[in-house]
Amino acid sequence: MTALGEPNVTAIVFFIAFIGLSLGITVWAARKTRTTDQFYAAGRSVTAFQNGLALAGDYMSAASFLGIAGLVALSGFDGLIYSVGWLVGWPIVMFLIAEPLRNLGRYTFADVLAARLRATPIRIAASIGALAVITFYLIAQMVGAGNLIRLLFGLPYETAIVIVGMVMLAYVLFGGMIATTWVQIVKAVMLLGGATLMALLVLSRFGMNPLALFAAAQARYGDSVLSPGRLVSDPVDAISLGLALMLGTAGLPHILMRFYTVPDAKTARTSVGYATAFIGFFYLLTFILGFGAMVLIGRDAITAVDAGGNMAAPLLAKGIGGNSFLGFIAAVAFATILAVVAGLTLSGAATLSHDLWVNVVRGADADEREQLVVARLATIVLAGLSIALGIAFKGQNVAYMVGLAFAIAASANFPALVLSIFWGRLTTAGAQASMIVGTVSTLTLIYLSPTIQLDVLKHAEAWFPLRNPGIVTIPLSFATAIVVSLLRPAPAEARRFVELERQLHLGVE
Amino acid sequence: MPTHSTLEAVSAARWRIAVSLTVAMMAAYFGFILLVAFNKPLLGTTLAPGLSLGILLGALVIVVAWVLTWTYIRWANAHYDASLDGLRVRADAGGRR
Repeated sequence: MTALGEPNVTAIVFFIAFIGLSLGITVWAARKTRTTDQFYAAGRSVTAFQNGLALAGDYMSAASFLGIAGLVALSGFDGLIYSVGWLVGWPIVMFLIAEPLRNLGRYTFADVLAARLRATPIRIAASIGALAVITFYLIAQMVGAGNLIRLLFGLPYETAIVIVGMVMLAYVLFGGMIATTWVQIVKAVMLLGGATLMALLVLSRFGMNPLALFAAAQARYGDSVLSPGRLVSDPVDAISLGLALMLGTAGLPHILMRFYTVPDAKTARTSVGYATAFIGFFYLLTFILGFGAMVLIGRDAITAVDAGGNMAAPLLAKGIGGNSFLGFIAAVAFATILAVVAGLTLSGAATLSHDLWVNVVRGADADEREQLVVARLATIVLAGLSIALGIAFKGQNVAYMVGLAFAIAASANFPALVLSIFWGRLTTAGAQASMIVGTVSTLTLIYLSPTIQLDVLKHAEAWFPLRNPGIVTIPLSFATAIVVSLLRPAPAEARRFVELERQLHLGVE
Repeated sequence: MPTHSTLEAVSAARWRIAVSLTVAMMAAYFGFILLVAFNKPLLGTTLAPGLSLGILLGALVIVVAWVLTWTYIRWANAHYDASLDGLRVRADAGGRR
């Protein structure tokens, strides 16, 4: 067996160093966090390069790092299908969303809808989609964190959950978006640096030639490692998953919120360029790491530690760099989880306080002090909730929840957002209906799908054949918005769209 | 000087570019997924030792994503921003809106 699951001195040293650095950043950020612009949007002072790294940091979760490397290690080519799927949403974010979002909103994506539609009802509907996405994403991250930390450090599951929840709470509560942004940047640099170093160490054994590595895998495990396997058995399901990954990226509240941290739309645009470059590079690296683990560690040794293959990358780190490199990669994985949950929590706090409390309950009439107090209370509530949910879902298979979060983001948030930016005849009722139908239909179809009926509830059959509902729910949500808007036109809202056209391109002048 | 003078023209030009690039990205990605779904043997074809057509195309989709985002940034920096500057200048000079 390996040293996984035992306290590793290097891991603890790196981990304490990361916690120390990130809490230092938080103390520094706390002094600069006095206004809501600073708390939610880092004072709009983040540069394109910094935001590109922070976007990548928000997006590259431990699940994708460890999960894709593991999938590649166990099934070869099939892992590439996921790697590609996780990236292709980013160009869509750039072309359709980033700049108009920055120009029309202040803190949340619901601001864009509220700018041209009736603010109160639309914010309530948008909050449902946003909170659903954030909750499922948080559960998946917290349960993943508990399992991962138990495997890597040997800490009890509950202890790990509480540590993650408390440290994340410190970042967001005191340092707001400034601390969260810098934690994302540090984490992105650590993750990209660690993965690059590990890939270089792997490739150095194959004459720096990835093809020689793939050929070695082919020689050991047969031609099947280079060709599509069982992952895509149902074409409709594959396309459905692809749609949700692609369009869901453009509907993730914590990603969209990052565009408010930059000074203007041009910077938002450039930051997506950096993010796309970093994320694409990262997924190419995970492909090399997966094959490296397959060849240098071997499939049997990987599944012996974790049947799902999630420990492929840490085992590879130990194999090529010894215990100290394993320690470094373990600390990187922990830092990754902390950064992602911090981003999620901050966007959830923005939804609860900015959208629901300040704009719906208080009718946009709350002073700066009250807004900050409510935002911080919301942060504490969300941190407590994520600890509770993480412990409640202990031992359950929650891998599908990330897919579910993307499916809701693609079905509930994306259609209303993109239509509100590009289609003048969208009405409040149309957008509301679309967001509610998107959320409810996605949740219903997931419940009726084989994922829940067969895998979780152990029933004999599932009513709905697809594991990924996107191919039904995304068109349904678009159709709902269009039909409802056309049935009951709202001329005043159409005129408002024309009035906002200038702001959409030029921002607030 | 900017080529697009009115807000409507700027908006239409950006919409055309955004939709074209979005369609191109979707075509590349779903083309890849459809091949994975319907023609597995083709993607399993070995082009060189260690390189299958599937791996090449998958990596190319990532490259396409890079190229398309780069294309948009180039277009926006060169044309869109110039048109927006033109709109700002005219608004200042004319004192309207």
